Amino acid sequence: MVSFIARRLIVSVLLLLGAAFIMYQLTALSGDPLEEYYQSRLPNREQLMAARIERLQLNVPPPLRFFLWLGGAAKCVVPFIGACDLGQTAQGQPVLQLLPQAMNATLQLVTASTVLAIVVGLIVGIVSALRQYTTFDFVMTFISFLLFSLPSFWVGILLKEFIAIGFNDFLSDPIVSPLWIVIISLASGLIWLGLIGGDLRRRLMVFVISGAATAAVLTYFSVSDWFTHPSLGPVFMLLMAAGIGWVLTALMAGIKNRRALLTAGIQVAIAYVCYFALQGLLNISSIYTLLILGLITIAVAWLTGYLVGGPDRGVNIRVGIFTALLSAGLILIDRLMQAWPTYSNLSAINGRPIATVGSQTPGLVGDIWVQGVDSFTHLLLPTLTLMLISFAGLTRYARAGMLDVLSQDYIRTARAKGMPERVVIVRHAFRNSLIPIATIVASDFGALLGGAIITEQVFAFSGMGAMFQRGLTLPDPNPVMGYFVVIAISAIVFNFIADMTYSALDPRVRVRA
Amino acid sequence: MSLEPEINTKVSASGDVAPLTEGMSQGRLIWKRFLRNKVAMGSLVIFLAIVVLSLSASGVFGMQGWWKWKYNELVPLENGGAPTLSLIPEWLGGDGIHLGNHPFGQTLIGIDYFAMTMRGVQNSLIVMFIIGILSAVIGTVIGAIAGYYRGWVESALMRFTDLVIVIPVIVLGAVVGKIASEHFKGLGVIGLSIVLGLFLWTGLARLVRGEFLTLREREYVDAARVSGARDARIIFRHILPNAVGVVIVSTTLLMAAAILLETGLSFLGFGIRPPDVSLGLIISQNQNAFSTRPYLFIWPGVFIVAIALTVNFIGDGVRDAFDPRQSRFVARKMKEPADS
Repeated sequence: MVSFIARRLIVSVLLLLGAAFIMYQLTALSGDPLEEYYQSRLPNREQLMAARIERLQLNVPPPLRFFLWLGGAAKCVVPFIGACDLGQTAQGQPVLQLLPQAMNATLQLVTASTVLAIVVGLIVGIVSALRQYTTFDFVMTFISFLLFSLPSFWVGILLKEFIAIGFNDFLSDPIVSPLWIVIISLASGLIWLGLIGGDLRRRLMVFVISGAATAAVLTYFSVSDWFTHPSLGPVFMLLMAAGIGWVLTALMAGIKNRRALLTAGIQVAIAYVCYFALQGLLNISSIYTLLILGLITIAVAWLTGYLVGGPDRGVNIRVGIFTALLSAGLILIDRLMQAWPTYSNLSAINGRPIATVGSQTPGLVGDIWVQGVDSFTHLLLPTLTLMLISFAGLTRYARAGMLDVLSQDYIRTARAKGMPERVVIVRHAFRNSLIPIATIVASDFGALLGGAIITEQVFAFSGMGAMFQRGLTLPDPNPVMGYFVVIAISAIVFNFIADMTYSALDPRVRVRA
Repeated sequence: MSLEPEINTKVSASGDVAPLTEGMSQGRLIWKRFLRNKVAMGSLVIFLAIVVLSLSASGVFGMQGWWKWKYNELVPLENGGAPTLSLIPEWLGGDGIHLGNHPFGQTLIGIDYFAMTMRGVQNSLIVMFIIGILSAVIGTVIGAIAGYYRGWVESALMRFTDLVIVIPVIVLGAVVGKIASEHFKGLGVIGLSIVLGLFLWTGLARLVRGEFLTLREREYVDAARVSGARDARIIFRHILPNAVGVVIVSTTLLMAAAILLETGLSFLGFGIRPPDVSLGLIISQNQNAFSTRPYLFIWPGVFIVAIALTVNFIGDGVRDAFDPRQSRFVARKMKEPADS
């Protein structure tokens, strides 16, 4: 094992060096950093050119210049030989100063979209595998092919126009017209009908119930001015938390498991009490308070699950922790919603909350909740753009993986020995179908860090992609190389993690030591 | 369903009795399976329609197209540049079905937008086909050599492939596109697609190599070798025809990705440059005019999606036709052996 990792490490470093060399030469070929001066009529043109030549060492031929650059970059890895140096931009700013900001912005963007894409993609993929060759499956297949074929810049601009501007316009007069209520309710009824399935009678019931519920909720929102003053409120809070507890217990333990249901119920009750008790604390919270509260939530859930006891404490604890975390999430969402009117009435926002450019409102003053709403409104559209596209691929993988697992002999065995269908799907099939997905997700994460170039451009997001694009347009080789080093290392590391997870999860795959 | 294999008792060993039904070749079987796939056939028809429309409208190889305006011809603005396309027949209260003078409208300076879109579609198709053909040829040759000869040839070629794969496609495409516009200005679209094609073969090479590694161990390859066939004959006559499914399928899917890559690069400013037209470029030029002139933005996007979607469906149909057992989008990690 150790020798495998060591060999893998050496190969990776060599690969990285080689790829960096290729990249450096290609970037050097892609244009002359002095080009902007050739046409310029500035009196001090000669000095400016000389300074840039000096700064970027342009008098050294590119193959040799690479080694000068490498000498500086090596100091980042090897200790005690001097300060880390990734070169300077054409304007003389050290690349190393630019990187952290850019990485921070991109990470925010990429993490949310990847996590969402994974959750939604897995659910949709697995449901369409379970309902193979139904209308739902065909529609989802078509949608994922469609999303696969969408150019991200086009989607981005469409979202900007329809969601941002449309929603902002809607907010100035937040009344949902009866026609839209009917359309949305029909759509929601159809979606639930497809998701839940069953015989004709059950389908009709699902359709009617979900459609009516949607219509009722929409009418309530519209009448009570919910869109400008959103909040979950005590009633919705209780309904949703209880719903989460019920669904999680049904999925993870089976509703017949009374002890798990009890654990979930206790979590919901605690969350509901906290919803009222903690508002004062939340008002003055910082990000660290929230972290500590999160840890306490997990600890309490674990303890309840343990104390409820029974033959299988593990199940209780899992159900408890997930229920507690999701209910805590509800409390946070409610608190963010409470900050919404304040945010939307700020002079900098002026009643048009959904932003189309940038990663934050410049010069925004406000507590953590207002800041949180601000990041949300800025991240919403780019996250959606990125999500739609990676969702398409993940759904296909999840569906294929699930179908593959469902045709295995051990599934037939499990059914034959009388396991409930829930156990067969959740315990036997779902867990095993996650093995190949885990590797795809890991390598996706690595790729996403660099893959947001187009989305960042559409939404004027100053992350890694923007840094690369600016660097290449000028052209300015050092930021391009800085960008490349970060994404290449993350790609290699995540691929390594992917292989390791695969061999850890699947005992049939052994690394060749 | 009987478990016994069906044995055609009519065929005798001497072969002088003709079989009752004529056996079909592998190619015909695949073709019939593809014809039966309605989605793929529908996509093929739509795709061909788009190809014919774009080529005939703006002309090709210096020939004159049937459309009256050119993509770089300034025409006086008509009715503020509004689109004249009408699809609602008169008996429904519309203006009747007609194209009008400028079906997709005009740009701010008066260029006919239909001509521009058609030119963009044509350029995208050119890029797509050149990238597809180039990567298929290079990838197949490199993968075949690596998989067939193994040893140091394989390590050298595959390590080189790994080197290129480390660089993400969009980054590589952007840098290479910039190089193309810097050094191959005269060649324009063709230059761009050739340079891109020279770098996008890596995924295909890996797949072909994997296929060759398994196929070269088959008995019929041993038989060919024993009977004195040269390497070239074994590669081209014996192994390659059996690996052609992988090549065709991944080339089709690569072509769909190439359309998105080209339009994306042109959008960023690293692909096709003005005065020539690309769908990505005209979207980028008109993105700020969206609220006032949405047609300048919708049409190029619709064509990009239509091309990419139909090519993806065709690729999927081809995959099903070549290997009906294989489900769509089989996770690639599950098929690849753990590579060190």
